[in-house]
Amino acid sequence: MRVWKFGDDIDTDAIIPGRFLTIYESAELATHAFEGTRDDFAREAKEGDIIVGGRNFGCGSSREHAPLAIKGAGITVVVARSFARIFYRNCINTGVLPVICPDADTIREGDTVEIFPEKGCLTANGVRHDIEPVPAFMQKIITAGGLVEYAHAIEELELCTK
Amino acid sequence: MSATITEKIFSGRCAREVVAGDVMMAPIDAAMIHDITGPLAIDKFMEMGGTTVFDPAKVILLFDHQVPADSIPAAQNHVMMRRFAEEQGILNYDVHEGVCHQVAVEKGRVLPGDIVVGSDSHTCTYGAVGAFATGIGSTDMGFALRFGALYFRIPESIRAEAAGAFAPRVGAKDLVLSIIGDLGADGATYKAVEFTGPAMEAMDIPGRMTCCNMAIEMGGKAGIVPPDATTHAYLASIGARTTRKEDLTPDDDATYAAWKDYDVTDLVPQVAVPHNVDNVVDVTDVAGIPVNQVFIGSCTNGRYDDFLEAAEVLGDETFSPDVRVIIVPASRTEYLRTLRAGLIERFVEAGAIVEGPSCGPCMGGAFGLLAPGEVSLSTSNRNFRGRQGSTEAEVYLCSPATAAASAIHGVITDPREVA
Ligand code: SF4
Repeated sequence: MRVWKFGDDIDTDAIIPGRFLTIYESAELATHAFEGTRDDFAREAKEGDIIVGGRNFGCGSSREHAPLAIKGAGITVVVARSFARIFYRNCINTGVLPVICPDADTIREGDTVEIFPEKGCLTANGVRHDIEPVPAFMQKIITAGGLVEYAHAIEELELCTK
Repeated sequence: MSATITEKIFSGRCAREVVAGDVMMAPIDAAMIHDITGPLAIDKFMEMGGTTVFDPAKVILLFDHQVPADSIPAAQNHVMMRRFAEEQGILNYDVHEGVCHQVAVEKGRVLPGDIVVGSDSHTCTYGAVGAFATGIGSTDMGFALRFGALYFRIPESIRAEAAGAFAPRVGAKDLVLSIIGDLGADGATYKAVEFTGPAMEAMDIPGRMTCCNMAIEMGGKAGIVPPDATTHAYLASIGARTTRKEDLTPDDDATYAAWKDYDVTDLVPQVAVPHNVDNVVDVTDVAGIPVNQVFIGSCTNGRYDDFLEAAEVLGDETFSPDVRVIIVPASRTEYLRTLRAGLIERFVEAGAIVEGPSCGPCMGGAFGLLAPGEVSLSTSNRNFRGRQGSTEAEVYLCSPATAAASAIHGVITDPREVA
């Protein structure tokens, strides 16, 4: 799977510029993904490709359009050294797996990456790197298939007040 | 046990002792949606099998990003949300009141000790009145609208304690920019930032809103100022009242991820230079850079107090004819106050364009976009590449005083040098 490599502090305005926020359809959003900052992405990204970022990936606005645009491009895994909080949560909720990898900076554009969540690692061109486990409560949502599916699955809300 | 404000708020709402790191499904006291993220949240709510929202009185709904509708899709989103509000019995502020964060606070929809979510990253602004407020995505919002609750991981807190008193022409925006410069754009990721100390105690609610608003620019989940007499006086002035009794003062010996001491006494006006909010320098380092557009407004600095500060710097001068000065009040209420004080007249006389309450050029959506190569000086909160138009334009962030001084001269100007 081809790696699209990005740097630190990639913000959601770069992932999907504000002028496209009236679009909600992920395939259509994908045609504008990284428009103006990385124009080859929308043209060439393929199903199964992986985005690798540096620190603080997805910072900025709460727009869920950002993971949707990425997902629309056929990408379901984003690896980064660290993620901005809202983006991380939005990924999980929309079915994009955010993978925290402290060695993300060593992965290069065009590398082939495979993810092994159950083993707590990924490989980049055959070299093994540790990845952080997803918190247990997030795991429940992922297992359900996303927050929408999770909402359907719960019978009673386990409120903290109970 | 000693606790941070965040731990106290969640303990209060969950009727048990809560500490940072706990994960829980907590009830929410208010949920805010606007024209950009609202339609998707409503879709998600329906996808989750939602038919009626958890409590219509707790939903804050309005349009601010693309108002009046700047495109046909925006107009359609407004129609869709209007219909939803009507069906659900939700009070709809529509295009009438202004920017979501200003409106949520000034209408008394957010109170000390509340847990509030908004599908907008600057929801953290409401910490100015002592609420735990955080931005969430549209799917999370769909869940919140359906169930009136949401999963939270209780964040660790960073204590930012500000001592001293501001010099003239230096204020809340300069303080928060300097803190972001210090902590970095991800320095508070997953954490709540508590703004405390004498400088915060002396600050009124608009200044506190400016500080809490920008907590997200250091990655923060929330920004909070301990509610005090100033908070309660403000709430009384808008006819709001809290019935909560619990003490929300953070304990000095609570467990903090970091404790940062600042002193504002010698602070000089700060500017965030392109293209990251944490590229913060003293105004003197960038003085003289020509600007094409100056924007005074947004949920960060679009209040009467901000316009007063700008007007004081402006005095009897006029704005440079080489600069487009765009002034956008953050709400109808703030607009009226500014108007009645004669400031709007002064700005227009000096050459500014004044637009109705909205987000305006802040996110490069509705109007006031930049061409490649242009430079904007903005009192808003983000200077990301492409945020206000072309990815080849540059955005500098500053206080209303610095914005006004620069607008007079057409170049970035230290507001302390303007008589
Ligand atoms: S004024 Fe700017 S930052 Fe504030 S809500 Fe509007 S677009 Fe967002």
